[in-house]
Amino acid sequence: MTAIPTTPGTEPELGRARKRKEDARLITGSTRWTDNMALPGMLHLAVLRSPIAHARIASIDADEARRMSGVQAVLTGRDLADEQGSLPCAWPITEDMKSPQAPPMAVDEVHFAGEVVAVVAARSAAEARDALDAIDVDYEDLPVVLDMESALADDSPLVHSDLGTNRNATWTFDSAEAGTGGDVEQALADAEVRVERTFRQQRLIPAFMEPRSVVVDPTGEQFTMWSATQVPHILRTMLAMTLGVPEQKIRVIAPDVGGGFGGKLQVTPEEVITFLLARRLGRPVKWTESRSETMVSAHHGRDQVQKLALSARRDGTVTGLKVELLADMGAYLRLVSPGVPILGALMFNSIYKFPAYHFTCTNVFTNKTPTDAYRGAGRPEATFAIERMMDELAAELDMDPLELRRKNWIGRDEFPFTTIAGLTYDSGDYEAATDRALELFGYRQLREEQARRREQGDTVQLGIGVSTFTEMCGLAPSRVLGSLSYGAGGWEHAQIRVLPTGKVEVVTGVSPHGQGHVTAWSQIVAERLGVPFDDVEVLHGDTQSSPRGLDTYGSRSLAVGGVAAVHAADKVIEKAKTIAAHLLECSEDDLEFSGGRFGVRGTDQGTGLADVALAAFAAHDLPEGIEPNLDAEASFDPENFSFPHGTHLCATEVDTETGAVRIRSYVCVDDVGTVVNPLIVEGQVHGGLAQGIAQALYEEAVHDEDGTLTTATFADYLVPSAADLPEFTTDRTETRATSNPLGVKGVGEAGTIASTPAVVNAVVDALRPLGVDDVEMPCSPQRVWRAITGTRTSSDTAAEAGGGLGSMDTGGGFAAGSQGGSR
Amino acid sequence: MIPASFDYIAPTTVEEAMAALDEAGEDAKILAGGQSLLPVLRMRLADPRLVVDLGRVPELRGVRQEGDSLVIGSMTSHHEVLGDPLIREHAKLLALATRTVADPQVRHRGTFGGSLAHADPAGDLPAPALALEADMVIAGSSGRRVVPASEFFVDYFTTALQPNELLVEVRMPHWTGWGAHYEKFNRVAQAWSVVGVAAAVRTEGGAIAEARVGLTNMGPTPVRATGVEQALLGRPATSETIREAARHAAEGTSPTSDASADVDYREHLAEVLTGRALTTAAGA
Ligand SMILES: Cc1cc2nc3c(=O)[nH]c(=O)nc-3n(C[C@H](O)[C@H](O)[C@H](O)COP(=O)(O)OP(=O)(O)OC[C@H]3O[C@@H](n4cnc5c(N)ncnc54)[C@H](O)[C@@H]3O)c2cc1C
Repeated sequence: MTAIPTTPGTEPELGRARKRKEDARLITGSTRWTDNMALPGMLHLAVLRSPIAHARIASIDADEARRMSGVQAVLTGRDLADEQGSLPCAWPITEDMKSPQAPPMAVDEVHFAGEVVAVVAARSAAEARDALDAIDVDYEDLPVVLDMESALADDSPLVHSDLGTNRNATWTFDSAEAGTGGDVEQALADAEVRVERTFRQQRLIPAFMEPRSVVVDPTGEQFTMWSATQVPHILRTMLAMTLGVPEQKIRVIAPDVGGGFGGKLQVTPEEVITFLLARRLGRPVKWTESRSETMVSAHHGRDQVQKLALSARRDGTVTGLKVELLADMGAYLRLVSPGVPILGALMFNSIYKFPAYHFTCTNVFTNKTPTDAYRGAGRPEATFAIERMMDELAAELDMDPLELRRKNWIGRDEFPFTTIAGLTYDSGDYEAATDRALELFGYRQLREEQARRREQGDTVQLGIGVSTFTEMCGLAPSRVLGSLSYGAGGWEHAQIRVLPTGKVEVVTGVSPHGQGHVTAWSQIVAERLGVPFDDVEVLHGDTQSSPRGLDTYGSRSLAVGGVAAVHAADKVIEKAKTIAAHLLECSEDDLEFSGGRFGVRGTDQGTGLADVALAAFAAHDLPEGIEPNLDAEASFDPENFSFPHGTHLCATEVDTETGAVRIRSYVCVDDVGTVVNPLIVEGQVHGGLAQGIAQALYEEAVHDEDGTLTTATFADYLVPSAADLPEFTTDRTETRATSNPLGVKGVGEAGTIASTPAVVNAVVDALRPLGVDDVEMPCSPQRVWRAITGTRTSSDTAAEAGGGLGSMDTGGGFAAGSQGGSR
Repeated sequence: MIPASFDYIAPTTVEEAMAALDEAGEDAKILAGGQSLLPVLRMRLADPRLVVDLGRVPELRGVRQEGDSLVIGSMTSHHEVLGDPLIREHAKLLALATRTVADPQVRHRGTFGGSLAHADPAGDLPAPALALEADMVIAGSSGRRVVPASEFFVDYFTTALQPNELLVEVRMPHWTGWGAHYEKFNRVAQAWSVVGVAAAVRTEGGAIAEARVGLTNMGPTPVRATGVEQALLGRPATSETIREAARHAAEGTSPTSDASADVDYREHLAEVLTGRALTTAAGA
């Protein structure tokens, strides 16, 4: 990497804890959310959803709805059948993968409760909503498939009868076959110690703050779509391919977007339907969902059953790992549904030097909301499983869990290291992160307290949980995506425009939705070009102003998109240098660029970037063949993934009388490579921890035996708030990534990936003397209490006891605004 | 989420409110703080033709003393209950329970009367009202009547209030000098009770002279744990006595199962939490 130029005496931009430029606007809400859009003549769309998980639509009577005040159109799937296409899945993981048709609006059959069956366009949102109640849908129930294992049985009813099976695909990696290592069956057969466990990754709902919203304006030369999406570029291309609309006729804008966590990495039925309605009616149309619609219809995350077997020698050396997964796709394949478990396939071996590894995943269809990417996508599942297994092995061997990890992890001198899964980890220092974490945590003192409480038979027991993790970030090298059959590349694009006044516009292809990219990109470019932070404007999220990009997910924005901006800045400097040399009448070789100035070596002569920009703009006196601007573009396709890592330690107090778990302290030391803005990194870590802890202790999407989501409001789906979370002690070690010139690795998912196993390990550790060796997630007080007392859940689950909204007869949220229809 | 359309009036006296309710009959809904009613309307679980907002009726607001009674206006907000010196002195249990309700925003809007009228089995205020032997003063078309808490809560979300009746105020005896505690068990910080225990205890020379225990979410209505109360009478205020007495907590309750707790776990919680509530209330 070239040295980063800095102006002497000023604090470098890179690494500076700047407050975010975008915050005042976002925090006060005086900003441009999609739902704030109001266009002349705009109609409002309301969506009727199936309350039934699997049924044939016998008939839909919408005559009364059509006559209601303000109603302009009521359309069913049948009305759109010829033009709506099938929602795209961009990741056919195997050649024989089974893909059902995925119409945006159900035509003959509904396959999950929440699926769109009709829409109303009306002059006001209230009129549209009122008309939903007047639509009468006649459903003929079909058998419901909910459990993955029974879905695979030969006599199981089928989610999609035309597929002939509920099996979507089976994907396998075997180290012996791949030539990356040994044979797992042999390792298991020869094992001195074997640990076998089955874990359940419960279904989760990516609870982004801003509900989804779409506005489509068909009245211009192009269709303009505003959408609360993470992926405006992918959305544009996919809309064009799905609907056969010429791509240049579609402009997609992601204005300010309030969170996504993968939940807005999607091409949604509602986006397509809103587009079709606007096109048909020739008027702008808006759809904004209610929270209850989000809960039942936006894609869910996780939902896997993980069966693992670990073989080891008595001294703690792991000799093999076998992983067999079932992954619930729900009723349809969405954008990357089938690939989510595959993103985890390469991560089960984590930071360890396992000599043999086998992975099989079978994806299964059920009559539930489709699943897809959720913060971490595949990697939290993998990290959870292996970190739980390492603790179980440590218990089996009566070894300290950290000592076991040290014995198996890749030493700091062994990088670059090619893993059993075939990835090459470029850098890392697990020793440093772990040592620092232990120091901050007070590991020894806590172990002593634990021993004391155990001895005294304290009703509150202390548990200590460990999670040493790594993840693959910076999605992704295009050639690797190609080898995994993904439908696109993983490069990113940036453009830098130097304005005549010397101010700078950075156009990026990533699409921030709360991460603070505008601030971070300003810092990167300000540093590189030596211009003031406030002189940099970052443009994003509009396919017209930022035409090329692959958007934001998979901790890729900085490690791929940020690096593209660096390359573009370097090109600007190169261009400017030629003009500067011409203006200063010297050779380019005599110039050095520092702090925004070209200086002639050994003299006090020089010129600033702004002067060069003005000269380029005036174009009165430019060297031969030089264009009259300093603008530059760059695309960056990473050579490798980046591999953040860290050590997380959690101490929990478990009340053995009630089963309540309290996190007493949480320490994490993350290594995310070079840090552009420590405040932003801290924020990402905190939010990530909250979501990982939420999976460990609180959140779960539950369906009843009919396939109705019973956790369809925030009174039932428990998202923890700051009041439920401990103070986090965070620190960092810094090992630069060698795969990009910034040395950055990505931090968006780290906290979520690492924290879940740390917390569950701590819960189990507290209870181990009581004979407990697992607690299913979320570790609710009742589950913990049952684990302690050895009692089973009673079958009497009438779901009647009070709980605020949850205890009212909400019909699982289907009365929640936009569900309707009769049986 | 958009409610079905309705008419709205905001009377300024109880009389005006009663007149409006009488006229609308079964099709009216009273709006107090709106913290429970608005979600119900938005989810279209109810679609009244008329909403009668009590927010501008000053006579329904505030706390006062009348003879031997403490009188709390139905429109007194949770926030006002929390800060009121009379309640702190004479009905501390109520303040302690109110402190566990929701978050500051909700407590500023939500009202004591609204919580009782809503009668959510998981709501935190019915059990203390029952334990503190509150009387509900109800206005109807034929005048006012008084219903004791023990008869006011009828079933899930159902009280003795008739559709055109209005809860005016709540009266209760003075519980001056009683030790009190509300032990709430919930899954996340700002949520309703899985189980809650409201306990008030009067001790005399180290012994328990009287005790009142009300249970939240152990059945369709709040329940008095009379078995516990009796087991404590005259016994020394020690943790052993309390633990023994708490074994009776689930007697006579009829809890149901939901996502947070099955029946057996609720019964177990009732016992543990009763022990804890009494221990704190009695300073044992
Ligand atoms: C996020 C959130 C969290 C909450 N957490 C808790 C909690 O932890 N514990 C808890 O106990 N509660 C909780 N609540 C409920 C809160 O306490 C409500 O304020 C209360 O249940 C209802 O009071 P209200 O004044 O808002 O009544 P409203 O919502 O206005 O009315 C509720 C019902 O009572 C009727 N009603 C109201 N006043 C009268 C009257 N004077 N006469 C006759 N009928 C009347 C209404 O018609 C309606 O049916 C929570 C609410 C929210 C929104």
